[in-house]
Amino acid sequence: MKCAIEKKSVVIIGAGPAGLSAAIELHRQGVYDIIILEREQSAGGVLRQCIHDGFGLTRFGESLTGPEYAQRFLDEAAARGIEVLSGVTVTGITPDRIVTAVSPNGLLQFAARAIILAMGCRERTRGALSIPGERPAGVWTAGVAQTYINLKNLMIGRRVLILGSGDIGMIMARRLTIEGAKVLAVCEIQPYPAGLPRNVMQCLNDYDIPLLLQHTATDIRGRARLERVTVSRVDAQFRPIPGTEREFQCDTLILSVGLIPENELSRMAGVVLDPQTQGAVTDECFQTSVPGIFAAGNVLHVHDLVDFVSLEAEQLARSVAVYLRQGLPACEIAVSSGGDIGSLVPRRVSGTQDVPLCFRVKRPRDDLCVQAWQNGRLIAQRRIKRAVPAEMERIVLPAARIAEHGEISVVSVDA
Amino acid sequence: MMHDEYDVLIVGGGVVGSAVARELARYRLRIAVLEKEPDILCETSARNSGVLHAGFNSTAGTKMARFCVEGNRGFDALARELDVPYRRTGKLVIGFSAEDRKRLEALRENGEKAGVPGLEIIDATRIRQLAPLVRGAFALWSPTTAILSPFQLTLGLAENAVRNGVRYVLKAEVGGIRCVQERYIATTAAGEFRGRWIINCAGLHADRIARLQGIDSYTIHPCRGEYFVLDQRAGPMLPLPVYPVPDPKSGGLGIHLTPSVDGNVFIGPSNEYIGDTGDYAVTKPVMEMLVADAARVLPELDRSYFIRNYAGIRPKLTGPGEGGYHDFVIERRRETPRAIHLIGIESPGLTCAIPIAREVVRQMWEVEQLAENPYFDPVRRGIVRFADQSIADQAALIAQDRNYGEIICRCGAITKAEVLAAIRNPLGVHTMTGIKYRCRAMMGRCQSGYCQTRIAELILQETGKRPEDLEYARKGSYLFTGAVRDA
Repeated sequence: MKCAIEKKSVVIIGAGPAGLSAAIELHRQGVYDIIILEREQSAGGVLRQCIHDGFGLTRFGESLTGPEYAQRFLDEAAARGIEVLSGVTVTGITPDRIVTAVSPNGLLQFAARAIILAMGCRERTRGALSIPGERPAGVWTAGVAQTYINLKNLMIGRRVLILGSGDIGMIMARRLTIEGAKVLAVCEIQPYPAGLPRNVMQCLNDYDIPLLLQHTATDIRGRARLERVTVSRVDAQFRPIPGTEREFQCDTLILSVGLIPENELSRMAGVVLDPQTQGAVTDECFQTSVPGIFAAGNVLHVHDLVDFVSLEAEQLARSVAVYLRQGLPACEIAVSSGGDIGSLVPRRVSGTQDVPLCFRVKRPRDDLCVQAWQNGRLIAQRRIKRAVPAEMERIVLPAARIAEHGEISVVSVDA
Repeated sequence: MMHDEYDVLIVGGGVVGSAVARELARYRLRIAVLEKEPDILCETSARNSGVLHAGFNSTAGTKMARFCVEGNRGFDALARELDVPYRRTGKLVIGFSAEDRKRLEALRENGEKAGVPGLEIIDATRIRQLAPLVRGAFALWSPTTAILSPFQLTLGLAENAVRNGVRYVLKAEVGGIRCVQERYIATTAAGEFRGRWIINCAGLHADRIARLQGIDSYTIHPCRGEYFVLDQRAGPMLPLPVYPVPDPKSGGLGIHLTPSVDGNVFIGPSNEYIGDTGDYAVTKPVMEMLVADAARVLPELDRSYFIRNYAGIRPKLTGPGEGGYHDFVIERRRETPRAIHLIGIESPGLTCAIPIAREVVRQMWEVEQLAENPYFDPVRRGIVRFADQSIADQAALIAQDRNYGEIICRCGAITKAEVLAAIRNPLGVHTMTGIKYRCRAMMGRCQSGYCQTRIAELILQETGKRPEDLEYARKGSYLFTGAVRDA
């Protein structure tokens, strides 16, 4: 191959909120030899299409739209002279940190001392759910619908049913209503909403859009364009209950049924994935199972708020700076979860510093008490008034209480 | 209304109609293909297992068996001419019981009688050598069976036909056929077309097209087969198609597992007579059955591999309760001497397309002499696939055309150059699925979540269509109701 391999301290894959925050923090830490590779024509990631507000309350103490939130980081990256290459798609990463990318100017290759995976996530599709029925036009995932409406000025339908109460689905329920479509209902298979309580309030309740809990789509009909969707109530095992079918005449079905971290490149590099988060297994420094490859943001685990993506990526960047200068502490203490605690990040800690653990509960819980145990000793405890799967929760493991050896287990107990 | 004069009208542009068009283009004939949908890949030709059969499943002595063996033998040359991706993987028909063994022996004997080369009964050790994860006590091994791209085969034939002067008319559903002074006049949604000959290649609708000519002796029994599509991650688990021993009373070959040339795996098809040629729905009970059947042969399969479902419909001449296969009907009738009807062209129709087309030519020769077309060019080139090239060739492609340096479909690493080539296709097809089948974008695990918005935008830019005129697949499958707000 003709192209020379360019050396970089850090190659960041993805110029969304995680990649941009990591780059800026690295720069702040004095690591200047960095590059961000972005496959889209413009940087900003999914924030570009999130024209609603509510971003930045934690990070900036004010409510911004998605593009405004992204712009703050883009401006700072530009002011610092951080190199962002857009329209460049990474097609390969090796375990020894060679990054190959395709660009209109040719193939690019980088040899990186560290790689930061910040590719974000993608949406679960109809195929992954195996929803029966025909395959007419008019069935879209919420993010695709959002791209068409907010970025391409293309209106996708007039009578809409939404399957799944993920945040993007609820936000699209409001968005479509504002643009004159009739949103008939949002159906959720679980007995509780999948998205944030504030979105149930502001996107559904405020617009009189019914939320049908424990309901799912059992048939999709239409030869050319969608004509109707059959919705049934489900039992506790999520099986449709015969006799509860309701037909919705609609031309559009929006799916908001989950997000999956985009780990195709991570897999190529041999990064071990966590079956629960579907992101990389990482340690407290956000290092994956492959030395020198780090991950943060939605590619690591799907977040509820972008503010936490930024904060996490900044934390990662500080670890990477240490990694480049002096190396990182060995993280040999495993962290497991049990009870109502589902996904959890990180899975390995060193015991040399306080570590915030991020986790989600498997089902809504009132008066939840979360405890971390090691070698039969309670090392951390936190009470949560109401915990819901839609929200990411945190508990800090204090270094002073972590023993050098012994798995730490994080469990839920009744308060 | 248009009044177009042709020598031959072909009704239906699927793999059979396109093969007939291409074979007839070898002669000095004015030919039009009348296709009812916005693309030729809306029905049976696109919705199947993508297998080049060897011929042992069809009763020796039938046209089905003869054409299948001939089609298989000639395929290497055809695929080279038309640039059709295929792989001679061979195939296993897996058995477990003594009863299975008897049936496999009978299949082998039948195959040998039909002229299928290399058939052998092999033991479990050989099965494991050929496909390490596949379970089975013994199997019939067919070395000449291959997998192919049904999309590229159909497109290859059609695009080559167009290159040799055939006209394709899309959205031209035939509503009436009359014969005036030895001219057939087909009334369609796209105008009137006249031809001295009319060839009925209408697949699922061939009985209806015959009825329009006063022939009501054909009945097509639509028989649906549902499939699962598995992620490319499952591809390495299955190096070749694996079939169960077919049930002679069923109208299909049984639920099988087939790798695709694009690296996916298909599970299916089921076998269900439905009273409707247009119902491509997939159903919960069949999905569950497919998963259970596949797990018997390949226990490692995991639900996380499933990315899509689809269904195809077989145009069968044998009805419900009857099962099995009726031989292909390819005939001229006394009442319509310059009309040829192709009825019941079901599996293995893909394999048989060229021999079927040659049979049509032969029947035309019975009536008139055909003058050779000295300008016929048998070669068609497909779209150059970036992902299949070496790193050096990729670099060269980008240097030649910057659009090769812009990846549109991330799952398949399909570039803007390929998508644009697909949009500028010789048939003038501009549906979303039309572009998908031509360049493989939108087929991956994200199921177009990343690329479809850009592809829709590129189609609109390239064609100048209004958003509300962009279709997904079928006639009337509009995607957009217009602009969100006026600019």
